[in-house]
Amino acid sequence: MSSNSLHYHYVVPGDDFTQAGKASSAVKQILKQLGFNPQTIRKMSISLYEGEINMVIHAGGGEIDVDIDDEKITAVLTDRGPGIEDVELAMQDGWSTASEQVRGLGFGAGMGLPNMKKYSDELKIDTEVGKGTTVTIVVKLAS
Amino acid sequence: MSEYFHSVTLDKEACKGCITCVKRCPTEAIRVRNGKAQIIGERCIDCGECIRVCPHHAKLAVTDPLSAIEQFKYKIVLPPPSLFGQYKRQEDLELIRAALCDIGFDAVYEVAAAAELVSDATRRMMEEGKLNKPVISSACPAVLRLIRIRFPNLLDNVLPLSAPMEVAARLARAEAVAKTGLKPEEIGIAFITPCPAKATAIKNPMGTEKSEVDLAISVSEIYPVLLSAMNKCAKEGTGFDRAQSGRTGLSWGNSGGEAAATFTVRYLAADGIENVINVLEEMEDDRLSDQDFVELNACPAGCVGGVLNIENPYVAATRMKHLRNYRPVACNHIEGDSIPPEIQWDTKVEPVSAMRLDPLPQHSLKMMKEIEQIESKLYGLDCGSCGAPSCRALAEDIVLGHSTEDACIYLLKDKVEAVRESMLSLNIDSREKSGDKS
Repeated sequence: MSSNSLHYHYVVPGDDFTQAGKASSAVKQILKQLGFNPQTIRKMSISLYEGEINMVIHAGGGEIDVDIDDEKITAVLTDRGPGIEDVELAMQDGWSTASEQVRGLGFGAGMGLPNMKKYSDELKIDTEVGKGTTVTIVVKLAS
Repeated sequence: MSEYFHSVTLDKEACKGCITCVKRCPTEAIRVRNGKAQIIGERCIDCGECIRVCPHHAKLAVTDPLSAIEQFKYKIVLPPPSLFGQYKRQEDLELIRAALCDIGFDAVYEVAAAAELVSDATRRMMEEGKLNKPVISSACPAVLRLIRIRFPNLLDNVLPLSAPMEVAARLARAEAVAKTGLKPEEIGIAFITPCPAKATAIKNPMGTEKSEVDLAISVSEIYPVLLSAMNKCAKEGTGFDRAQSGRTGLSWGNSGGEAAATFTVRYLAADGIENVINVLEEMEDDRLSDQDFVELNACPAGCVGGVLNIENPYVAATRMKHLRNYRPVACNHIEGDSIPPEIQWDTKVEPVSAMRLDPLPQHSLKMMKEIEQIESKLYGLDCGSCGAPSCRALAEDIVLGHSTEDACIYLLKDKVEAVRESMLSLNIDSREKSGDKS
């Protein structure tokens, strides 16, 4: 890792939809200022936003750590939520366990994880039912 | 013409160096340096927000004087739809036309008429499915400049059609050449502008190399002249109705008018620069993908809220609503199967990277690190006393070499305090030691 890597830490409050998206929005501003390729920024912003919203809906919040260097952007989203029972199923388009109330707010369409997969270059999900989930998103810098 | 011509400018005498405009600028394009506001040209989008908020009227819009039209043999005026909301009389459409001729123009070409053609073209292009959805309106030049600077990703969604002002000028000039036999350059076209952004769009157009509009005359200048001419014409009678536009074109003067004219069900219209930025942020993250059309106006309530207008935007909007009731749905349609070139962009609108630190990631990462180190030393009060809009902006300015840490009055206070402490701790009884006590 280059000596000029940047680190950011965000706390995502649970069940507060007014705050949801604040971390991904902050990261987007930083990436824009860094002058990265617009497509790279778009990929990271969308996948990070989906991940952040997932933490709010399903896990009662959590924490996000972002590392940026001149090769890639890495975001690690950690929560102590219920975990994902069947990751393969959760990755399918439109599959969701979100409550009616959450759907009423326009979330929970079941596109969160599929979108994260679609927009990131690497996606790693470590999950344990009852313990929590750690999602790692990597987007590489386009040359 | 310099690359960054701006209509928005500063009256140095009037500027008190307060930070009202600095704080409100949506692109952080203003700093107070040496006691006066300075505009960072490459960041300014000419939205006019600083003109709106300046308590000392030190921010101005550079426009052309009405007398400038005299240099032309044949004089055409382009009144925008929002102009019709500025006057009290209901029958204004015809009266304003008559008054414009009375003050010396040879022909009137309503921008609303061209707007109907743009609406027609928009509908066709959307039906053909060639546009990226949601389609973003390209009519407000301040919004278009904002997208170029802050949301370059969204340029592919921008409607590649010229703004009604430009279309009106192109068609009006061609018509006048055919009618008078004069050379194109002998014909002068003046747009009555409600905002500085349009004045800039004439000097520095987007979507084409050169604007067909010759002059931008501000509503505030023409308003009184036109009012007395209107009174005169009202007495004399205006004759039959020669108005060129219907409800569709006139509704472009208000926020939501252009979007409604697309006849799509799923559309959104936002006005006021802060609201526009919020919508663009959402679009950038793919959160408005269920919308077909997004209309964005930098001014509150749309063009009626332009900073050079006289009337309260909401009063003007209500008047225009009444006025539209007396008009047919539309008076202008594209003839034939293809969209005429006059309506289309002939040049691509490219992104402008005015916000990035450095084109090379290695450099920008290093600079970002320095910015954050400096920012952590600052107090985070965003007081603006240094002349920058926030502590973060000051840290950026320092790293970019435009400012120093001493610009922060709190850091300066700490420095003074440290000097005081060290003064006090000086060993001032040294004289006793050396002396005659023993």
